[in-house]
Formats: sequence, C-alpha cells, structure tokens
Amino acid sequence: MNRLVWIALIILGLLAPYVVYPVFMMKLLCFALFALAFNLLLGYTGLLSFGHAAFFGSASYITGHLVRNSGLTPELGVLGGTLFAGLLGYVVGSLAIRRQGIYFAMVTLALAQIVYFIALKAPFTGGEDGLQGIPRGFLFGLIDLNRVYVVSGRPLGLNLYYFVFAMFCLGFWIIHRTIHSPFGQVLKGIRENEPRAISLGYRVDRFKLMAFVISAAMAGLAGATKSLVFQLSSLTDVSWHTSGEVVLMTLLGGVGTVLGPLVGAFTVVTLQSKLSSVGSWITVIIGGIFVVCVLVFRRGFVGELARLLKRPL
Amino acid sequence: MELSFQTVMSQVMLGLNNGVFYAILSLGLAVIFGLLNIVNFVHGALYMLGAYVALLGYTMLGPLIGKPDFHLNYWAALIVAPLVVGLLGIGVERAMLRRLRKFDHLYGLLLTFGLALIIQGVFTNYFNVSGDAYDAKPEALEGAVNLGFMLFPKYRLWVIVISLLVCFGTWFVIERTKLGSYLRAGTENPELVKAFGVNVPLMITLTYGYGVALAAFAGVLAAPIYSVSPVMGSEMIITVFAVVVIGGMGSIMGSIITGLLLGMVEGFTKVVYAPASSTVIFLIMVVVLLVKPTGLFGRES
Repeated sequence: MNRLVWIALIILGLLAPYVVYPVFMMKLLCFALFALAFNLLLGYTGLLSFGHAAFFGSASYITGHLVRNSGLTPELGVLGGTLFAGLLGYVVGSLAIRRQGIYFAMVTLALAQIVYFIALKAPFTGGEDGLQGIPRGFLFGLIDLNRVYVVSGRPLGLNLYYFVFAMFCLGFWIIHRTIHSPFGQVLKGIRENEPRAISLGYRVDRFKLMAFVISAAMAGLAGATKSLVFQLSSLTDVSWHTSGEVVLMTLLGGVGTVLGPLVGAFTVVTLQSKLSSVGSWITVIIGGIFVVCVLVFRRGFVGELARLLKRPL
Repeated sequence: MELSFQTVMSQVMLGLNNGVFYAILSLGLAVIFGLLNIVNFVHGALYMLGAYVALLGYTMLGPLIGKPDFHLNYWAALIVAPLVVGLLGIGVERAMLRRLRKFDHLYGLLLTFGLALIIQGVFTNYFNVSGDAYDAKPEALEGAVNLGFMLFPKYRLWVIVISLLVCFGTWFVIERTKLGSYLRAGTENPELVKAFGVNVPLMITLTYGYGVALAAFAGVLAAPIYSVSPVMGSEMIITVFAVVVIGGMGSIMGSIITGLLLGMVEGFTKVVYAPASSTVIFLIMVVVLLVKPTGLFGRES
C-alpha cells in the first residue's frame, strides 16, 4: 500500500488522543490489534479459530499477575503475557490443526473453554471478580504510565496512550511483515489450495502451526496491553463472546484485507460505547450484524471498497 | 475416599441423564451436518428456546390469550415446543441458510452463531440469568423407582427411556428405511439424487426442521431437571461440540453412543475428582485428537 497512507495513519494515531477520548482510542487499538492477529489466521491462512479469546484473555491474566503480584515493570509484564499466549497458541494449535475446516473451529472453541474453566476456578485468577486494580507502573522503571498531562484544560494520560500506540504499531508491523513475507505467500497458497501446497512440497502443518503461534502471540500482546489500560483482567476476556466479537470485527471490516480488522474493530468498539445505554440488547444487535454481514455483506467494508476501487487494500 | 458401588452407580446414572441430552443434541447436529454441511451453532439456543416454550406455555400463555386458567401442560409442551422450534427452523433454513449453500461452510457456522446471539440476547433481557424453575412436572413422574442397586427419580428414568427411544428411532429411520436411504443418498451426492426426481431442497428444509425440533424436545425434557435459563443453551452447545469432535459427525449411531458414554464418564468423574467434571469431556477431546484425530467414529473426508 501507498507509503503516504501509512504515514497519514501514523500521524493520525499520534494526534488522536488530543481529539478523541484517549481511553476509547486505547480500547480501539487493543481490539484492532486483536482483530489483526485473528485476521492473519482467518484471512491469510483460511483457518477459522473460534477460541481466540483464550490467548487474548490468558495474556491479560498473566500480565496482570506479573505486574500486580510479582511487581514486574509493565514492559516485562506485557512480554510475559505475550510469550505465554504464544506458548498456549503452540499447544492449542498443535491439537487443532489435526482437524480441518469446521472441526478446526469447534476444536479451538472447546479448547478455549478449558482455558475459561481454568480462569474461573484457578486460585490466582480471582474467579468471578477477575484481577482488579492492576497497577500500570513505570515503563522500564523510569516512565510513569499513570502520569496525566493537562493539554488545553483536558487531563490526558499521554504516557500510557503512546505506550499502547507503540505496542499496536509493533504488533501491526509484525503481522504486516508476516503477511508480506515469502512465509506469508505460502500461507495464502495453503488458503487457496491446500492439497496443491502439499504436492509442491510444503509441510503445511508446520506453516499453519507457525501462523497460529504468531496469531496467538499477537492476540496475547493485545490482551496484555488491554489489562494495563483497564487495570483489569476478567472472565469476559476469555469467554466465547469475546472470541465471537473478534470474528465479527474481522468479518465486518473485511476478511483477508490489511485494513479491514482496523475498520471492523473501530465499528464494533464505537457501537459498544454509543449503545452502552441499551444494556444487554447489545448482544442482540451484535448477533443481528453477524446475520446481515454473512447474508449480504461477506466482503466487509474494506473488501467492498477494494472491489469498487479494483485494487487490494 | 470410599468409592462405594452405590455412589459410583448413582453418579453414573445421573451422568447418563446428561448423556442422553448430549446424544440428542449431537445427533441433531450430525443429521444437519450430513445434509446441509453446516455446524448449527444455534442448536444450543434452540434447546433453550424449547425449555422456554414449555415454561412460558405453562406460566404465561393462559393470561396472554385471555384465559388465566389455561396452562400448557408438560405432555402438550413435549409436542408443541418441537413443533414451534421446528417451524422456526424451517423458516430460518428457507430464508437464510439456503442462500449460503454455494459459499464456504464456515459462513453457515457464523450465521447460526449470530442467530444464537440474538435468541440468547432477547431471553437474557426478559428473564433471569440464574434461571426459573419449571413446576409443571406431571404427577405420574413424581417419586422414585427402585432399580435394585439404588433409588432413582422416576422423572429422570423417563427422560433416559424416552430419549433413547427418540435417538434409536431416528437412527432406525435414517439407516433402515426408504426415506432414510434418500437422506443418505442426498448426503453423498445431492445432484444425482435430484436427477432421480427427489425434491432435495425440501428434504434439506425438513431435515433442518427435524434436527432443531430434536433440540427443542431435549429442552422440554431438561426443563423440570435444570432451571430454565437464557444461558443453558450456550453452556450446553460448547460441550456438545466437544462431543461431536470426539465422536465425529459422520455416523448417527456414533454420535448417540459417544453422547451417552461421555455423559457417564462425566458422572463418574464427579465421584472420583469433582473439580475435573466440568472439563473432563474437553480433556477427552484432547486425548482423542492426539490418538485418533478423525474422531472415534469418524472417517477422513
């Protein structure tokens, strides 16, 4: 994609907290990264994981635990959460890739449910309450992530915002590099025609597993960052609702497009904050969007736009 | 801990009670998957809907139609709920699922997931998540029977017997009758069956209707045992997915047997190590994936 678009997006991201409510922006960035990670799997490898909340949520718990109870600095906490999610991704991935298609989705969903049960029952996860009051701490032991700056009369937590933005850019960059590497080309080959990829001599299981691990780790990076933003790791993070939400974000934005998950996450997060007054009707609305999307809007926003412009976005 | 024969057997029997629900639901999933090639995520929500038809038919239908004394009794609910849900399913198949036939199977999963969210969301808004009791258990099924080694609630025994009858009845129709042979042929090669003049689209619609009606039937059976709650379906469906992965959806009998066995294993785990009972089915799934990835009764496609 055009270099100018990238520069514009980065400038937009840098200036956003002065215009938009920073907490909203940070939530958006976390979920956008989550959706980008998920899209690496669904959009570029053709694997539908219905259990991605397991990685997002477990990283959130691990980071929360490391920062709150072990007193680690936030960057180490996030690193720990991300590595754990990658490791969990290796375990779940090795099991799930033994089945194809629809079974893959069911296996990931069921395995994620084990993670959910652990989060519910294990002694260190706080059960129904989750981990509350996770401290943000000092980045590298130096920079106070809680520090608030007053800009034209508005208090802004800029240190935290730019930390989250940096994590997002790091994740986005890793995913982007993966997609556009020779490795990514093989993934797309597997998506298009798996038997052919096998007959060309690629060990597709290894490629799938590697893609799964990267995707899980990046979902973990998103969840770990989220736990610092909201200072909370909760059962919602590991529940199947969250797994479904990330599917919706990707589908709505455009499966297999670079910017689709960003747009989808923006749409869903905005909807959730605008419609917070309708309470649990939001589930019905999300379900409705799912149905409409699948029936008439399978390419998603970015996919439809790309079709109109006749170029990949 | 002392493992007396009595405690083990009573938990295994209670487990079998869960097992028949797994069996009915995974049977429905298998039948639908066979002909429509979609995983019916909304199955759990329709199981919940079946239970609510029974509950609301008993408590609210009378006042609603202006006859406060009218209660839809249990036996009527066993017929009405599957009919209502079956018709709903037929509508869904005609209006939505049919449009997805030429696309990737994953879209069917996503669509039915959306429907499940809608149904569950609506009920969460109007009803208590912790559940309501269904008090219309027929008097004939009150009390307990002596099985020789234990006293077993009459109602639960009824649930086991009628569920097994329905499961094996379905198996018999599909595997041993002319109608079933059309269905099986439609699963193998729908184009060829069409060429023989069989109305395959109608067959697909009715199959979907029957599959979801089974879910509603299970829901009514479950209503007097568990509390009727908006989340009863989503908890159930994920477990049933694991059951389906273990058994493989290729075989009707396979899904019935797997459901029954896993229910009993779950019950047995409650005696041996209670905290593991909610995850044991998922752990068995892991083992099966490691040892026989195609599932116990599965064939590699």
